[in-house]
This record gives sequence, structure tokens and C-alpha cells, in this order.
Amino acid sequence: MAIELTVNGKSVKTDVDPDTPLLWVIRDEMKLTGTKFGCGMAQCGACTVHVNGETRRSCVTPVKFMEGSEVTTIEGLEGKEASAVQKAWTGIDVPQCGYCQSGQVMSAVALLKKVPNPSDEDIDTAMNGNICRCATYVRIRQAIKNAAKEV
Amino acid sequence: MGTVFNPSRRGVLAGSGALVLGLALPLKGKKVLAQTSSNPFAPNAFIRIAPDNTVTILSKHIEFGQGPWTGLATLVAEELDADWDQMRVEHAPADVTKYANVLFGVQGTGGSTAMASSYTQMRQAGATARAMLVQAAAEKWGMKPSAITVSDGIVRGSSNSATFGELAEAASKIEPPVEPTLKAKKDFKFIGTDRPKIDSLRKSTGTAEFTIDLYRPNMLVAVAAHPPAFGGTLASMDDREARNVKGVVDIVTVPQGVAVLAENTFAALKARDKLVLNWSDDGAETRDSAALRQLFVDAARTDGIEAAKTGDAAVALAAAEEDGTFIHEAEFYFPFLAHATMEPLDAVLERAEDGSVDVWMGSQIQTIDHGTLAAVLGMDQSNIRLNTMLAGGSFGRLATPTAHFAAEAAAIFKASGMDRPVKFMWTRTNDIKGGYYRPIATHKVRAAMDRSGDILGWEQTVASQSLTKGTPFDTGAEVDATMIEGIKEPYYEMPDHRLTAHMVDIGVPPLWWRSVGHTHTAYVMETMIDEMLEKQGLHPVSGRMRLLKDPREKAVLARVAEMANFNRKMNPERKLGVAVHKSFGTYCAQVAEVSMKNGKPKVHKVWCAVDCGQPINPNVIRAQIEGGIGYGLGAVLFDEITLGQGGKVDQSNFHDYRSLRIHEMPQIEVAIIDSDENPTGIGEPGTPPIGPAIANALRRLDGTRHHNLPIIGLNDPVGV
Repeated sequence: MAIELTVNGKSVKTDVDPDTPLLWVIRDEMKLTGTKFGCGMAQCGACTVHVNGETRRSCVTPVKFMEGSEVTTIEGLEGKEASAVQKAWTGIDVPQCGYCQSGQVMSAVALLKKVPNPSDEDIDTAMNGNICRCATYVRIRQAIKNAAKEV
Repeated sequence: MGTVFNPSRRGVLAGSGALVLGLALPLKGKKVLAQTSSNPFAPNAFIRIAPDNTVTILSKHIEFGQGPWTGLATLVAEELDADWDQMRVEHAPADVTKYANVLFGVQGTGGSTAMASSYTQMRQAGATARAMLVQAAAEKWGMKPSAITVSDGIVRGSSNSATFGELAEAASKIEPPVEPTLKAKKDFKFIGTDRPKIDSLRKSTGTAEFTIDLYRPNMLVAVAAHPPAFGGTLASMDDREARNVKGVVDIVTVPQGVAVLAENTFAALKARDKLVLNWSDDGAETRDSAALRQLFVDAARTDGIEAAKTGDAAVALAAAEEDGTFIHEAEFYFPFLAHATMEPLDAVLERAEDGSVDVWMGSQIQTIDHGTLAAVLGMDQSNIRLNTMLAGGSFGRLATPTAHFAAEAAAIFKASGMDRPVKFMWTRTNDIKGGYYRPIATHKVRAAMDRSGDILGWEQTVASQSLTKGTPFDTGAEVDATMIEGIKEPYYEMPDHRLTAHMVDIGVPPLWWRSVGHTHTAYVMETMIDEMLEKQGLHPVSGRMRLLKDPREKAVLARVAEMANFNRKMNPERKLGVAVHKSFGTYCAQVAEVSMKNGKPKVHKVWCAVDCGQPINPNVIRAQIEGGIGYGLGAVLFDEITLGQGGKVDQSNFHDYRSLRIHEMPQIEVAIIDSDENPTGIGEPGTPPIGPAIANALRRLDGTRHHNLPIIGLNDPVGV
């Protein structure tokens, strides 16, 4: 059974095992490698994408539930929030190893789209599902605030 | 530093339009690879200047977040007088003859040595390139080299000017200077100044390429099942159902366990779940955590192998006791810790048409990984190209003296027949349950302090696993130096001191974990000193200042106390805790402001003063202190790997092996002490002081001594 969805604005038809997590469709089938595997159980947020505008942990989202959905990965990010976030991220050198940062950026962009001027609590709530083992959290917080000013 | 740098003509590959600088080491059968001006290629080099005016540094150090790419580029750019925007960095290939860590003798990164070991070497490489560009320009323009200047990547003389790229071909024909002149500190434009990190953009846009991101044509994905007890082996297997999963290509057994090879990741994972595996525990470590803990606790209670002795601690303590001085006795327990790097271990292996093999992985000790790959594949090392990749963190995890992961990846690849490329990846469960932990450590201390704050006697025994025994790093020492680093020569005045140690042998594989032995030695020293000073009613900062020997250590402590305004009047619900510790040559003092919120510690802010010698990139130094604090904080508060019945690891993923999350991260303020000393480490020294700083603040809040880690443990729910 083929499943049809939209990824970064392009229509995609896939006939993989319908239980396949969206993460592995994005990576293995589409070779969009910005979205990362970290835990496989929605604990770390490295696999965060946007589905119909909402953040989603793609590692626990079977692709069969994505029929007709609009998926955005870091490769397809656009808009003023996205460019402000990525500019802020590089502006203060948030990344260390960088592995979790696609997920961090996806969560931050989704936050700013909903809450243009997030408080510390807003940031905690939106971002605490994204683990960074390098603990770049000080700069993540600052970069979100810098991006909010920019938007 | 002992850097040997001796550029000569044969380190320079000429006639390609690319200036290539390398170390002149005895290279047998060195291949001069074909080059074209559009595709400069430089296997034997640190620096490559292309006609397109890019300057590419071949980094002998793996980049997994600690900033060596930016640091090495800074050193070269400084002496080259380059423009920062023209700097590029790539990983050097695995080749010990060219890229050995001058402090290790093998190619490898670790011990926070990337800058310390490269400071002179990379500056000399840059200065040599600059001299050759200047000479080329001088010849071209008919001028004296002394009349030529270089700045911001432009070579100028009189009315002439040229970019590095324009001069690259001519410069490649110039004889390198025997001893290039290095800049004086007053002339530094890059070293000591903030520069944007060279890899931030690609890591903010998802374009940085990690091992897991490689998709070679026709590649298989492999995942493994491992014995539940360390040292266990496969007894029998029923893989019929697993083989029926669509996309499964093969299931192979290797000494490390069982691997499923499939067309895609999900098929491999699904099939792994369907394997019916019976494991043998013969020779395995089947003891549980309670039993293992007792083993280490009991060991620390007995006298060990003497590792340090000054004066006579036993006599001094007996005399102190006689005089009625309080004798502090304490036992400490430090659990197993996993590194839990964000990118689980992975490697991609591929056989080329000529039979040679490419391996891509986050290799941290390339020389050992390379040799292991060759041994397991049964190939000559010269037929294996080990390509170092960006890695999603290490914290020590990738620096395996046993090269166990390279060995497993090679075994699976070999068992697969090597006809198709294979990406072998561990899952998070493989990682958390996979061993190579910071080993259990226990300490027992007896010590006394008089009313003036002098230490009257100090006896300490530590018990832990050796990290090096039986590995290529084994020095044959009776006491592994990593168990007692930071306390072997106490940094406080203690005329009567004795330290003994036990190397406890158990079947759980240990490994260095960010800051290694300092993770426990600093904790013990700094909490003990704090408790002893408090008992005598002495000030935690001035009491330490009196006892510290090293002026640089005193300076960071004084600075951090000033930053935190240590003697200010505090809200009674908050307390400050302080700790100071030197590791990897770097002095680091921290003050933590802590309260209790909903029954758990809340760390509001941490101040840190650090002296790591000549600062190279303050931006990176601050980042490493921030990260080092966060990494240490999460572990001290939450983390413990435990073994249950039969020696099976209880934890499996981030839900039961907690990572610090953003709402738990304190504010951090860092001061960097300027210094003319050679640079020392920065990846690790931020980690040791945070644990004792927090423990000291908590004790001053409610009197509880936290001698058994973790402070909170696994019962802490995730979330705000």
C-alpha cells in the first residue's frame, strides 16, 4: 500500500513497510540526513520535524499515519522565523558536536512561530524535549531570544 | 612540548598550483598523488592553499564539539596572516607517520591535548607557508622579501598585491625556511580573540555530515544484538522469523553477538526484535550492582598499594586524635556512568574494486582503530583507508584503547562477504547497555584540620577499575595513573599525606569519561576540604587560599570568588558552593548558587574562572566550560548505570539514563585568565569542579553530605 505525503513541499509516494517510522523514510528513502536518530523512543528530540506545522518526533511516528501530511525537515525550513533562528544559532556559535542541533532548530522555529517573544518558561517548555549532551543550553536559550528580536 | 618540526623540500608537493606543506618525517613509499589545479589534493600535509584562495587545514584531531577544527585553523591563520573567511578544515586521513599526536606518539585525540600538542607545530606550519608565499612574491615582483607584507590574506609589496591563491603555484616551488619565525604575542591578531567557529553554519542547517549520514550506493544497514551480561556469548539462535522480515539480507554471528544486515534501517531493527537468542553466561560478569558496589566499598576500607606518601599521616592523625582534634572520616561512592553521546556508535565500510577498503567512522585514536580494522579484516593496513568523520559527541567514548567498535564493525563487514557497503550502527539501547562506562570508584578518607586551618594529616584510599590495564596504554604501573590523577600530589599543603589504591578487576569494560579520574578525585578532595573548613568555622575561599600552593590555582579561586561576590548577603534559601581543581594542565574554579525546589536541587548560576594558558579562542573556551559544567551537572545529579539480576544492565535509553535538560541548565559566567604559558586543555577541565561546588552548596543549605552519587538519582521525573 503506497502512502502519499508531502515532504518539504514535494509530493512523495512511498511503499515501505507502513510501520516504518517517518524518520527512516526521511533518511533511508529520501536521503535527507539533517534529521537525526538519537534514541528511537521520543526521548531526545534529535529527530524532530514539523508535521502540519507542529513539532513531531519522527522516530516514533509510523509513516502510515502520515498519509496526506505536510512534513518539513530542516532541509525544507523557510520563513522569517527559520532564518532568524539559524542566523542566531551561527551568530553565537550554539553548536558543539552539532548532532542534536537540527532537532533543536526545528523546535525553536516552531516555538517562535507560536510565541514570538518567548519567556524563559516558554523556552523551557518548548525545548526540554530536546537533549543536548554537549549542554549547549545556555546558548540555545540566548539564540532563541536573539532570534525573537530579529523576527 | 618536544615538537619536532622540520619542514624540507620533500614535504612539499610541487607543480600543481597548490602549495602543500607537510612534515618531513621518514615516509616510506610516500605516494605523490596526481593533482590538478582545480582539484588540489594533499595527503601529506597540514595546510593546502588552493588557487581558489581557500586555505584548508587537515586536522589531525577529530572534531566532535570541543572545537579543534576552529583552534587549529586559528593557529595557522595567525602565522599565515590569513583572512578568517578563507580558512577551511577537513579531517586528516589516518596516518601515524604524519599525523601523530606529539604527546601520544600515535594519531589520536584526547586528554584535552589538541591545542597543547599543536600550538607550536601548527603555528610553524603557518609561518612556513607564509614565508614561502612571501618569497614567491619577492621573486615575482623582483623585490626583497623584507619589503613584502602580509595581512588579511593579501600579500603586498610596493604597488603589487596578490592573494594566497594567486601565489600558491609559485610558492610550491620555493624552498621552505628551516626555522620559520613565529610571531610575538603582542602581534597576535587571531590567537586570544573571538572568532566564529568554522563548523557552526553547517551544524545549524543540518548539512554537517556525520557517519550516520553516509549512504553509499547499494549499502546495507546492520544492527546488532549483544549478550545481556558482559562477557556472555551466543549459545544458540533461532533466526527463522527474523529472516522472513522483508528487506533482511543476512544474519551473521560475530564474537560480539549477532548482526542483522538489511536493505534499510527499519527492516534491520524489526528483524533484530524477532531473533530468538539464547546466551551463555560462562565466564560472564553476572554479579549485580549491590555485589559490585560492596566489592569496591570493601576494597577502599583496606590499605591498598601505596601511590603517594609525604611525612607520616598515620602518626600525625594519631597525634591529632590524642589532642582532641576532630578526625574527619568519610566514604564516597561513584557509580558507573555511560557517556551517552548523541550519535550512537557507527561506521560505514566499503570494499573498492581493487580490493582495498574504506572505513568511515568517528575515530578518535586512529592508529589503534586502523590496526584493529586491518587485523580483523585480515588485510594489510595500507589497503584500508580510515576516514575520520565528524562525530556526534564523544566525551571519551570514541577513544577506545581496545578499538572494540572498529573490531565489531569489521567482523560484521567481513561476515557479510564485503560485497556491499555496510553501515553498522548501534542503537541507543546498545549504547546505554554497552559498557565502557566511567568505572565505579570508591574512596575512604581520614583527615584532620586544626583551628587555624592547617591540615594535620590525610590518609586516603581509592578503589576503581584500571582504564589502561591490558590495553596499549598499559604502562605496567601497579596503580593506574588515571585513578589517582588530581590527588597524587595534593594541591593543598598537607605535610603528612598518604594515598593508596586498589585496582579492582571486574568484567564490566571501563573507559575514560570526560575528565577521567578527576570526576571522582576532585569531588572527594573538594567536598572534604569544604567540610573540614566548615567544621573549624573557616571561610571556604580564604581557608582554601591559605592551603593552596600554586599561584595560578590561587588566582582562579580569587577571581571566581570576586565574580560571584562570594561574601554578599544571600537569600537564606540559596547557598553558594565553591570548588577549585586543576586538570589537564588547566586551573578551574567554580562557584555554584543552589537552592532546593520541590525537593530537588536547583542550580541557578555557576561562575567559573579558568586559566588554560594562552587562550586561543575565548569563544570556544567559554563554550567548553559551559558544556563541561552541563555534562558534569547532569551526571552528578541523576546518573547511574546499575546491573540487575545476572549482571544485566538495568537502563536502556534516555528515560532511565537521564541527561540534563534545558530547564536544569544554570546561567554560566566565565572569566578567562590571560596567560603567556603554553595552552593547556579545555575540553575536560570544566567538568571536575561542578559536582563538589554543588555538593558544598547543598550541604551548607541543609547539612546533608552528598558522598554517594548520584545526588538525586533515577527517580527524578523528566520535565519542568
